[in-house]
Amino acid sequence: MEILGVPSALLGSQLLVGLINGSFYAILSLGLAIIFGLLNIINFAHGAQYMMGAFIAWLALTKFNVNYWVALIAAPLLVGLFGVILERTMLRKLYKLDHLYGLLLTFGLALIIEGVFRDQFGISGESYDVPDALAGGINLGFMFLPIYRAWVIVASLTVCFGTWYMIEKTRLGAYLRAGTENSQMVQALGINVPLLITFTYGYGVALAAFAGVLAAPVFQVNPLMGSNLIIVVFAVVVIGGMGSILGSIVTGIGLGLIEGLTRVFYPEASAVVVFVIMVIVLLVRPAGLFGKA
Amino acid sequence: MTMKKAISIACTTALATLSAGAHAQVSGGVVKIGVLTDLSGTYSDLAGSGAVLATKMAVEDFIAKEKPSFKIEVVSADHQNKADIASNKAREWFEREGVDTATELVTTSVALAVMKVAKEKDRIALMSGPASTPITNEQCNDVTVHYTYDTYALANGTAKAVTKQGGKSWFFLTADYAFGQALEKDASAVVTANGGKVLGSVRHPFPGSDFSSFLLKAQSSGAQVIGLANAGADTTNAIKQAAEFGITPTQSLAGLLMFITDIHSLGLKTTQGMYLTEGFYWDLNDETRAWSKRFFGVQKKMPTMVQAGQYSSVYHYLKAVKAAGTDDTKKVMAQMKKTPINDFFAKNGQIREDGRMVHDMYLMQVKKPAESKYPWDYYHVRQVIPAAEAFQPLAQSRCPLVKK
Amino acid sequence: MSTTKQPSALIKTEALYTALFVVGLIAPFAVYPTFLMKLFCFALFASAFNLLLGFAGLLSFGHAAFLGTAGYVCGLMVRDMGVTPEVGIIAGTAAAGLLGWLFGVLAIRRTGIYFAMITLALAQMVYFIVLQVKATGGEDGLQGVPRGHLFGLVDLSDNIAMYYLVYAVFSIGFFIIYRTIHSPFGQILKAIRENEPRAISLGYDVNKFKLMAFVISASLAGLAGATKTLVFQLTSLSDVHWHMSGEVVLMTLLGGLGTILGPAVGSATIVTLQNELADKVGSWVTVIMGLIFVVCVLAFRRGIVGEIQALIQRAGIR
Repeated sequence: MEILGVPSALLGSQLLVGLINGSFYAILSLGLAIIFGLLNIINFAHGAQYMMGAFIAWLALTKFNVNYWVALIAAPLLVGLFGVILERTMLRKLYKLDHLYGLLLTFGLALIIEGVFRDQFGISGESYDVPDALAGGINLGFMFLPIYRAWVIVASLTVCFGTWYMIEKTRLGAYLRAGTENSQMVQALGINVPLLITFTYGYGVALAAFAGVLAAPVFQVNPLMGSNLIIVVFAVVVIGGMGSILGSIVTGIGLGLIEGLTRVFYPEASAVVVFVIMVIVLLVRPAGLFGKA
Repeated sequence: MTMKKAISIACTTALATLSAGAHAQVSGGVVKIGVLTDLSGTYSDLAGSGAVLATKMAVEDFIAKEKPSFKIEVVSADHQNKADIASNKAREWFEREGVDTATELVTTSVALAVMKVAKEKDRIALMSGPASTPITNEQCNDVTVHYTYDTYALANGTAKAVTKQGGKSWFFLTADYAFGQALEKDASAVVTANGGKVLGSVRHPFPGSDFSSFLLKAQSSGAQVIGLANAGADTTNAIKQAAEFGITPTQSLAGLLMFITDIHSLGLKTTQGMYLTEGFYWDLNDETRAWSKRFFGVQKKMPTMVQAGQYSSVYHYLKAVKAAGTDDTKKVMAQMKKTPINDFFAKNGQIREDGRMVHDMYLMQVKKPAESKYPWDYYHVRQVIPAAEAFQPLAQSRCPLVKK
Repeated sequence: MSTTKQPSALIKTEALYTALFVVGLIAPFAVYPTFLMKLFCFALFASAFNLLLGFAGLLSFGHAAFLGTAGYVCGLMVRDMGVTPEVGIIAGTAAAGLLGWLFGVLAIRRTGIYFAMITLALAQMVYFIVLQVKATGGEDGLQGVPRGHLFGLVDLSDNIAMYYLVYAVFSIGFFIIYRTIHSPFGQILKAIRENEPRAISLGYDVNKFKLMAFVISASLAGLAGATKTLVFQLTSLSDVHWHMSGEVVLMTLLGGLGTILGPAVGSATIVTLQNELADKVGSWVTVIMGLIFVVCVLAFRRGIVGEIQALIQRAGIR
């Protein structure tokens, strides 16, 4: 069977691959959106923190013989803690200023982190093997699906929707939403807003690190693995509009799928398709698909 | 220039004049070698600080063995893979610091920029790291030596060998920019010439990170061999993901531009059975092992062909300066081209009129993890490709310097 | 910031600029000219960027696109079409201006952080296009651009002649920026930066002014890029890479955001640092750049020139 001259098997497999990429976009743009919601800062270091997650997993395995499953929990915690320290010592000082300073500070931090890792580990990167329990694959008939990729989809969607549930349905989430709307009011109600901010930044950063650990067996663990990805994620965030948590998840997955389709029909354009969509969205709906004007 | 430096240079000049009249023509009594390399970016593992080390080793060995009457200095700088920084630095070296030769020059944009400055300032450019063939074709000039390898040699060697061994149908995974396309073109021609067939190709954005969709296309083409016309992180990611999607070992991969550092970082489990072409391997014979172990002692990594080539090219240059008794560019180049190169890196290597150094290349197959007996034991040497076959024949050259 | 200047202060400012101008005229006889040319190209680039961020409050994270596009257009025209250098520079500047208009139309639909991200994403798109188009030479860059003869007469392969061309270009660009800032147009930009809703309620078509500022800034960045191509006789991908966009932000921030001389001072500092550090610290250059960024944002937001101005003001009050 063929659709537009492309075998449907190929189409199906590319859509599945798109879904995998989309779940990476979703988890990263979700982290950015949460941080932005409360701190009004675009975390340029998100890509570097994603890379840190992957490297910690690799270091844990090769130097301390700590397996994948432990790393999947430990790396986000460690990088999250690192984020908490950054927030307490640096970002905190910038809240009264123009939000652009936050962007610039995190940009500088990204340069430092990437530079240090590059000096320590070189540029070729390191290889992280797929954990034994997830090795191998299933033949779906139209494609061979590596079990690990399936796991990536399940794990990241679980975390994404878990986060969404936490924010929409729990008390902590209610504080968070209220803080996003009007932090002074929430403070007046006796809630420790500075602590809430610290926690939020730490959590957003931990999400990036979680994505990093997920990515470690898929991509080569490399000091610059996050720096190109992050620009695409920025475009995703502009398209989605950062107004809603669910919106950023849906946009991430959607764009992954669209990118997958582009790779079938016009692979040369697959690097720019996200940006082209961004331009169209800006022309039609400047606030983004899910943004409040 | 400070007074002290001026005096010290004057003194060394005087000394040189006194001690060896014949060599007084070496300007300032000092031969200054500039290593302009990537110390921080994509190619820093391939060349980088290892290339600086190789240069220093060459200078030390040369002084110990040949006891030259001139002094030798080494300076190094990071060009950050930016052509403007590189050309600026080279210009400054030539104009203000009396550097006689700019060496290493990994990445083509840097190489092309610096060879033009060298021509303008009449100094020598010794290239060990860059890969592109225009250096000795359209862009060639008479002050440049392209020493270690080029894309023609690598693509040609690998594609030919794999096709001859039965890999008749090919599909290319090509980085979508000039360099990747050139690699694909060169390799396709070789595949067809040797009775193979190219079933198609897919262009992926550069740099890419996820190659699964492109690999799936390659898989559905049913080709026996997937040729990777890309480099660096793109190649390593593609290899890794091919294993993940079960494409290898059903279909085999051929890296058209790969280095031992890539194999080292990916590990043998993922790369086993792959073919690639190298200009040097540390474990070829006693001579290469002896040198490489010295290198390893400092760098804690085995040398790449670029680093070994760097040593050889610098040594060859210094020998030519000594023999010519001058650091005059024309005379030294003539001497370098006249003398065959015989050291641990090359046997009977020859620099042609287009600036290409031709020497034997090696077709390697990556060992299975079980076959690897000690660290860095990665390759079976499957074939020695003689110099005459390994590189682009002069008859095909598009270099205006080549008389036809 | 004081808007009304004392007559004596005005004279002092003029004297300062005249003195600096004269220093620039004799500089190539004391300092390595190629280095100076690079410095002036970046000084102009950063000043153009500052016009947007410092005076209109718009952070563009995609200015490399203008620098690079102008460089490629100028380089291609001079090398392949054989036009004279001044035509190449003008064509490059115009191309950057046009691209700036396109970026501007899209980006000014959003403000603040969104604006920064949109410009970054658009610039990344330009990067991919430059990478894939054949004419630009892809990874190899556009090499072997001849400097040619200015107006068909002056041979620019002479470093001193080239220097004075670069210096003239910089001075003209700098003057345009200076005049723009001190014109009514510049005052309106500042009003928008300080309080956009008020500017709107005063009846200004805010978007039109922002777009205008964006186009001027992009054109001047292009002017710098086209000139830079002639100096180095090449343009490469690093000119359109987002690292370059980040670098210009750093130069401006370090020199002093919203000051007239700041960007030039900042770019001089960064270019010198990069030049000196390249031989000494190797791979640590990016880390050092990052550290400067962090220190500037946390503790040194006025930048070098801003701090000096503050010192002078404090001294004046006393």
